[in-house]
Amino acid sequence: MTPEELEQICQTEREAQAQITRRVNVCVAAGCLSCQSQGVKDALDKEITARGLEKRCQAKGVGCMGLCSEGPLVSTDSGVLYKNVAAGDAGEILDSLETKPVERLLCPTNTPFFQRQTKIVLENCGVIDPERIEDYIAASGYSALIYVLTELLPTQVIEQVVKSGLRGRGGAGYPTGLKWSTVLKASGTQKYVICNADEGDPGAFMDRSVLESDPHRVLEGMMIAAYAVGASEGYIYVRAEYPLAVKRIRIAIRQAERLGLLGSNISGTRFGFHVDVRLGAGAFVCGEETALITSIEGKRGTPRPRPPYPAQQGLNGEPTLINNVETFANIPPIIRNGGDWYAKIGTEKSKGTKVFALAGRVMNTGLVEVPMGITLREIVFEVGGGIPDGRGFKAVQTGGPSGGCIPAEFLDMPVDYESLARVGSIMGSGGMIVMDETSCMVDVAKFFMDFCMTESCGKCIPCRVGTYQMKQLLELITKRAATSQDVAQLEELCDLLKNTSLCGLGQSAPNPVLSTLRYFGEEYKAHVEAHKCPAGVCGNRVAE
Amino acid sequence: MSASAGIASAVGKATTPSQDKRWRLVDATVRRVGHQGRGLIETLHTVQEVFGYLDEEALRYVALALRVPLSRAYGVATFYHFFTLKPAGEHTCVVCMGTACYIKGAPQLLAAMEHDLGIAPGETTDNGKVSLLTARCLGSCGLAPAVVYDHEVAGKVTTQALREHLIKWMPQ
Repeated sequence: MTPEELEQICQTEREAQAQITRRVNVCVAAGCLSCQSQGVKDALDKEITARGLEKRCQAKGVGCMGLCSEGPLVSTDSGVLYKNVAAGDAGEILDSLETKPVERLLCPTNTPFFQRQTKIVLENCGVIDPERIEDYIAASGYSALIYVLTELLPTQVIEQVVKSGLRGRGGAGYPTGLKWSTVLKASGTQKYVICNADEGDPGAFMDRSVLESDPHRVLEGMMIAAYAVGASEGYIYVRAEYPLAVKRIRIAIRQAERLGLLGSNISGTRFGFHVDVRLGAGAFVCGEETALITSIEGKRGTPRPRPPYPAQQGLNGEPTLINNVETFANIPPIIRNGGDWYAKIGTEKSKGTKVFALAGRVMNTGLVEVPMGITLREIVFEVGGGIPDGRGFKAVQTGGPSGGCIPAEFLDMPVDYESLARVGSIMGSGGMIVMDETSCMVDVAKFFMDFCMTESCGKCIPCRVGTYQMKQLLELITKRAATSQDVAQLEELCDLLKNTSLCGLGQSAPNPVLSTLRYFGEEYKAHVEAHKCPAGVCGNRVAE
Repeated sequence: MSASAGIASAVGKATTPSQDKRWRLVDATVRRVGHQGRGLIETLHTVQEVFGYLDEEALRYVALALRVPLSRAYGVATFYHFFTLKPAGEHTCVVCMGTACYIKGAPQLLAAMEHDLGIAPGETTDNGKVSLLTARCLGSCGLAPAVVYDHEVAGKVTTQALREHLIKWMPQ
C-alpha cells in the first residue's frame, strides 16, 4: 500500500460517512455487551430498516465509552450520551434525533468524569467501529506507519519515542525508547516483537478495552516498533479469558493483511512483518516477560533469571522487544504529532497520559485516561465522583497484587511512577480499586497473598513456600488467633521474599502486606491484641 | 503402552483415539503448528474448545502427535488454570473473585452458592447439573460483582438474583 492508496481509502470512507447524516453509536465492548447492548443495536438496526432510513441513518457498534457502570451506553452524532438504554428505547432514540434528547435516558457529559480526561490512547474508543479497518483509516489510522516506512530511518523513529519520554505502561515504567534502541543494537538473525496482552492483575481491564475498541491502533504501534528495531515477526499474547478481544484482534490482523498493511514488502519497501495471536491460559506469572516467552514456546510459563534480558536473548534465543498493549497504543499518535508534543503532557519524569480502570467503592466505575501528575484526589473524587452511600474513603489500591494500598493522607500526591513508588505502591498496569470503611485492610492483604500463593509458578523456593507461609499467618490474623510474634514473622518474610525471589511476582508479592502494615498497622493491632476486626469483615474468632 | 516405546513407534503416525469427527479439528491445529512441541498450548486450547475438557486419552494423543513427552503435556495442562481435566456440568456458574468483585461482595455470593449447591469451587453437583467455578478477574470490574452463567456475563449480581438463576437450572 502506497501513501496515495491509503489516502484514497481514507477519503472514500470519509465521503461515505458524510452521506450518513444521523448516527447512533452503541457500545459493543464487553462491559456493555454483558448488559445486553447487542440487543439495543439490533433493535436500532431493525427500527432504521422499518422506517426506510438506511441511506441517511446508521447504528454503529463502537468500543468502550468509559462509564461502564451505567451501560449499555449509546451516543448520537450531536454529542448526546444515553445510559442504561434498553432495546425498547430504540424508537424513542430515533425520534429524538430530529427533536430534543430523551430526558429520562440522558447521561450528563459536562461532569468531571468526562471533562477531566485527556484521551490519547482512547481517542478512538467509542468513536470508531473496531471491526472495520476503513473506519480506523478514516481516523488517520496507519498514516503513522506509512509515514515511518517511507520517510524515516529506524533510528529517527526511536529518536521520536525517546523524545516523547514514553515509559512502559505494563507497570515497571522502563523507558520505551531505551528498550527499543537496545533491541535495535542487539545482533541476531531474527528479531521479534511481542505485545503483552496478558492482563493478569485482578481489577484491571484497560488492555482488554483497548483491544476490543481499537485493535488496529495496537497493530500499528507494533509494526512501527518492528520497523524501528528490525523485527519481521511478532506475537500478541492475549488472555484466553478475553474472547472478544481475541476475536477483534484476529479480525484486525486479517483486514490489515488483506490491504497489504501486514505481510511482505509493506508499502513497496523491504520491510515485512507477520504477526500471530497466542492465547494465554490463565497463568498470572506469564505477564512476566521471560515467563511469557517460555509460554509462547509452548511450555509451562516459568520465568528465568535476567540478564540476559529478552532485548538480547528472548524468544528462540533471539533479540525480542516486549511491550504492553497501552505502550504500543501510544506509538501512532507520538509519531503523528511528534515526540515533543507528547512530552508536553504529564510531569517531568512521567510523560503523557495513563489509562486507569477505576473500580471498587466509587460512584463512576469504568475506564478513564488522565494526564500523569493528576492527584489521586482528583481521580477518586472528581473523575470517580467520590464514595457512594455517604461512606468514608479508606484507601486506594494500585498495581494489583504487586502494588500497595494508599491511605487518605496521600490523596493529594501526584500520580506518577516515582510518587507511587515512594509511598510503597507501584503504577502497575492501571488497575485502581477504591476502598471505603467497609473493607478490612488485613483481609485485603490476605486476598492478594492468596492470589500470589496460587499464582506462584513454584520454580523458586522463596516465592513458592514464602507466599504460603505468609498466607497462613494472615489467615491466623484474620481469625484473630495470632500473636505479635506472628506479625513480626510476617514482616521478616516480607523482607525475605522481596530480596530473594527469582522474578517480579515473588519480589513484589509482599507489597500489599507491607503497605497495609505501614499505613493500617492499627487494624493489624486490633485483630491481634483486641481480637477485633474494626471493619467487621473477618469472621468470629476461632478457638485455637 | 509404555510411554517411551509408544512415542518412539508412533512418531508422525499418531492415530486419533476414536472416529469422533471433532478430532479432525484437533488434527487441523496439529498440522497448523507443524507437529511441533511449541504448538502444545494451542493444541490443548483446541481440544478443550471442542471436547470441553482434557482427558487422559486426549493428552496422550496430543503428546504423541506433537512428539513431546506425556509428562510435558500433563505438566502444561495442569500448570495453566484455564485447562480443566474434568468434564463440566450441564451448566456452569463462574463467580468472579477479582479485586473489585471481592470488595463488592463476591465472597458472599460464593458462600451462598457453596451452601446451596453443597459443593466447593471447581466441583460439579452429584446430578451433573451445575459446576461452580471461580475466575481471577473477568475484566468486568465496572459491573462488580460479576458472575458468568453459561458464558453469559451478568453484572451487579445479588445473592437473590443468583439463587433465582440456580432454581431455573435445578428445579426442586
